[in-house]
Amino acid sequence: MGGVLALAFLCLAGYTPLAAAEYADVVINRQSERNGMRPVIFPHWFHRIRFRCKVCHAELGFKMKAGGNPITMTDIIDGRYCGACHNNDIAWAPERCELCHSGKPGLPTGIYGGHETSGPGRW
Amino acid sequence: MRESTFRADFRSTLAGARTRTLARALALVLAAFLAAFFHAAAAGEWQPLARDGVHDPKGPGIKLLQQPADALGKLAPDHAGNQVRWVQALEKGQIAPREKLNPAREIRKLDQDIILDLKGGMPAVRFPHRQHTEWLDCSNCHDGLFRMQTGGTKISMFQILQGEQCGVCHGAVAFPLTECMRCHSIPKEAGKAPQLPPGADPATHQPGRPGS
Repeated sequence: MGGVLALAFLCLAGYTPLAAAEYADVVINRQSERNGMRPVIFPHWFHRIRFRCKVCHAELGFKMKAGGNPITMTDIIDGRYCGACHNNDIAWAPERCELCHSGKPGLPTGIYGGHETSGPGRW
Repeated sequence: MRESTFRADFRSTLAGARTRTLARALALVLAAFLAAFFHAAAAGEWQPLARDGVHDPKGPGIKLLQQPADALGKLAPDHAGNQVRWVQALEKGQIAPREKLNPAREIRKLDQDIILDLKGGMPAVRFPHRQHTEWLDCSNCHDGLFRMQTGGTKISMFQILQGEQCGVCHGAVAFPLTECMRCHSIPKEAGKAPQLPPGADPATHQPGRPGS
């Protein structure tokens, strides 16, 4: 009986929308919460419609590793990393805090997404 | 007399408790199946940001952000990843993502397929540089992830599944590793070299040849 209950619970837990983030969403929380802000959600899908991978990952120097980029607001305001576009010219300015810092408090840095994304290692 | 009554009561109480536990377990299993059913039925749709599990539904920006369904619903459909065939969306002109910020930056593209033959029974892998260089710069893969020489890097599914090599993108941001046949696309007969696609130059697939 306990086994059946545990199995049913596991099935339920597996199908709650906990892992329903869009494929390749990145949570960036190296600095945010320790500085009193919500974590940043970076949606790859949104940016990919507007820019090719090479713009950020070759031209701007973002490493292809969640958590691998020491992004600070100083960098962004000075035009580095996100600030290359988020400058009120190509995209919204860094003053629009809430549009990027929109994550649930407590989420660790990493790549999120559906059941097919676990970043490295599905098993 | 009293003892037997007690026993009977006890038994019926025990049976009642068992029935209740069983009913509860059945209800849970049913709920799990229903949840699975609705989850499957929801495939092909995108979660609203407020319910995606990573955005804070109480955040002040949530109403201003573009919803995935609004943007992705118009693009070439897929059953995996973002449910978008990104290469097709680009080729069909459904999206026109910028290639550079600095106008002086050189854009490098290469139209060359690499066929990776395998010892096992899986079809060989066709790696198309053209589709990859539409999105990426040479420096994203060379010479960090892969040496610029056909056969110069030992590639393994073990590493890919751990997020190395092809798995840096596939399984994280590009189509996921559940789509075996999108890469393993060149059929071959057992013990024979894979058949090259029409028009492919066999010389470009010789191990040891430097890439262009």
